[in-house]
Amino acid sequence: MTRDEIAAKVRNVLVDALAVDEEEVTPTASLRNDLGAESIDFLDIVFKLEQAFGFKVAQGELFPEGVQSDPKYVQNGVVTPEGLASLKARLPHIDFSALEQDPQITKVAGIFTVDTLVRFVANKLGVK
Amino acid sequence: MRWMWIDRVIELVPRQKMVAVKNVSLAEEHLHDHFAADTQRGLIALPVMPASLILEGMAQTAGILVGHAEGFREKVILAKISRAELTADAAPGTTLRYTAEIERMDAVGASTRGAIDLLDHARPDAGFRPIGTIDLMFSHLDQNMAGAQFPEHNFVFGEGFKTLLRTSGIAVPD
Repeated sequence: MTRDEIAAKVRNVLVDALAVDEEEVTPTASLRNDLGAESIDFLDIVFKLEQAFGFKVAQGELFPEGVQSDPKYVQNGVVTPEGLASLKARLPHIDFSALEQDPQITKVAGIFTVDTLVRFVANKLGVK
Repeated sequence: MRWMWIDRVIELVPRQKMVAVKNVSLAEEHLHDHFAADTQRGLIALPVMPASLILEGMAQTAGILVGHAEGFREKVILAKISRAELTADAAPGTTLRYTAEIERMDAVGASTRGAIDLLDHARPDAGFRPIGTIDLMFSHLDQNMAGAQFPEHNFVFGEGFKTLLRTSGIAVPD
């Protein structure tokens, strides 16, 4: 499977899960801020990706979980350097550069983009 | 009025499928308002089960199926209506049949597919005919991503649900 084929399938998943138009699903679109994803939608996306690509996604493998409630990772509404390092190690498909610039916890949701999902699937399938 | 929108569970295959029925009755008060006659507009009364309550019936069917899978230990909350399509009205004297199947389930929640069929008792030979599909997502409340805390007591599966299961011949954990 090529990266373009992965991107097309991911687009279909998002159109289905979030009831958005195909044109809205651009690589840089934020799942939450641009496509309106709410918390349950992230689980829906995981289920639909599993179906579309035939792999299993472990809890916390695609999206970080429990970050907000862990004082090691978040202090006074800001992601700590330790938290950021841990997230980067656990979630290599996510581009954390925006969060490094402005590590407020409220910014975490915005870093999940359409391209994040494409990268995640490509990594899982071993596609360059 | 108890908030029960299914009358009986008629089949349960644990972790896979549940089938329940709901008899639509003119004794249900809301049918007299849905839809009442509107003399000004020259419209006669049309009592039919509100689609929102058909949705609730499917949510209860699928929710019990999901809750049963973990022995009703999880607080199973309807989190998303992924798809809902109804093509016919359910009038008094008909029976709705809800068939819910678990599509995917993990520690944090489940997605279900649902089919709705309608039996018109005036035409029993025609049997149940499909009138729609409702696909849902459920969240296990205590496993939510935000880490929010909820009371330990399982307030989702109360006495009403337990009675329904018992009268349907299904064992209920204490």
